[in-house]
Amino acid sequence: MSKIYDVAIVGGGPAGLSAGLYASRSKLSSIIIEKGKWGGQAATTEELENYPGSIEHPTGPKLMDRMKAQAEAFGTEFVKDEVTGFELSEDIKRIRLSNGEIQARTIIIATGAQPMLLGAPGEMELRGKGVSYCATCDADFFTELEVVVVGGGDAAVEEAIYLTRFAEKVTIVHRRDEFRAAKSIVAKAMENEKIDIIWNTVVEEIYGDGIVEGVKLKNAQTGEVTDFRTDGVFVFVGTKPIAEFAKGVVDMNEKGYILGDEEMRTSAEGVYVAGDVRVKSLRQVITAAADGAIAATTAERYIEEKFHKLKR
Amino acid sequence: MLELNKDNFEAEVLQTEGTVLVDFWGSKCEPCKALMPDVERLAEQYGDKIKICKLNTTDNRRLAISQKVLGLPTFIIYKNGERIKEISGAENCTPDAIEALIKENI
Repeated sequence: MSKIYDVAIVGGGPAGLSAGLYASRSKLSSIIIEKGKWGGQAATTEELENYPGSIEHPTGPKLMDRMKAQAEAFGTEFVKDEVTGFELSEDIKRIRLSNGEIQARTIIIATGAQPMLLGAPGEMELRGKGVSYCATCDADFFTELEVVVVGGGDAAVEEAIYLTRFAEKVTIVHRRDEFRAAKSIVAKAMENEKIDIIWNTVVEEIYGDGIVEGVKLKNAQTGEVTDFRTDGVFVFVGTKPIAEFAKGVVDMNEKGYILGDEEMRTSAEGVYVAGDVRVKSLRQVITAAADGAIAATTAERYIEEKFHKLKR
Repeated sequence: MLELNKDNFEAEVLQTEGTVLVDFWGSKCEPCKALMPDVERLAEQYGDKIKICKLNTTDNRRLAISQKVLGLPTFIIYKNGERIKEISGAENCTPDAIEALIKENI
């Protein structure tokens, strides 16, 4: 018979890795299932100055490597696979994977979120040809070229600053007249000579013959459409939850984020949620890590109460 | 797995009879690096039917741009030197999608 884990964690970003760390330190057997890259979105964020203690090594990939190594050191197991569904009918929960199945007493869903598309014509066709959602992946290509960054949150402004290390000029296009990003980040961007900002404007179309050549910009107030030549378009217009596989299993809000209480409990018994995929107001590495720790601790308590009489 | 660069790309890909899959990756592209073990595995598994190579775009930026690659990860299938199909972006370039790309082109 295959192994039954105490905790199966879906998602290997900061929430999942922290949950793994806390679970394994509590002597629970734990496994993290990740379909893509370990570290999640944080692994592609170069500047992580808002995570306490990361000032000397502020890069996301390094911090995520250390988080993974730490969970591993205490015994968390890792598997690269994709979760396709759950069977929660009994005490032992079954997690269906593309290449098999895992059994566990509790599940922590920490799948996170992924970048939202802009939804403009040309975006899909020119993806990988100048349209990008990952500055650290693609910034290199735009050395001495000009790029547009779309968005106004932390990610947009932070990545615009990062892109100035490569590009000759970075133009932020934002649909409102002020940024939602943290004030310290905004101040940094305002001071940067390579950054221009176009307010109250949306990108209506991305065009180019096999490669990005420019965008059509529409002023949100006047409706005027102008042509703007650029070599690249970086899109940071928010994120959407990765929770399709959990539909009908746990309660979600209208946007598809999973509802969890203070202790990270979902509507399903023994199933917890942590990180960006949860309904919450601040989606950062630090809140994801906190969620993971709480979820693992709640799972531990549940296992104690429910299974303490069973032979483990 | 064969490592491509500006000196051998022409001969190994564009002037090659048969099917070639090129993994465009970069030193700072975390999703690309996460995929690499899977690509290595696929290269071993399908190595007798398709030539699977990788190109570090960080060291070969101009070459990548000449192939109209400005985003990572990107995987392109070339048949007799002609580019046939490609997938791009971390969400699209899953190990399963890469395997499917190989299977439908061998």
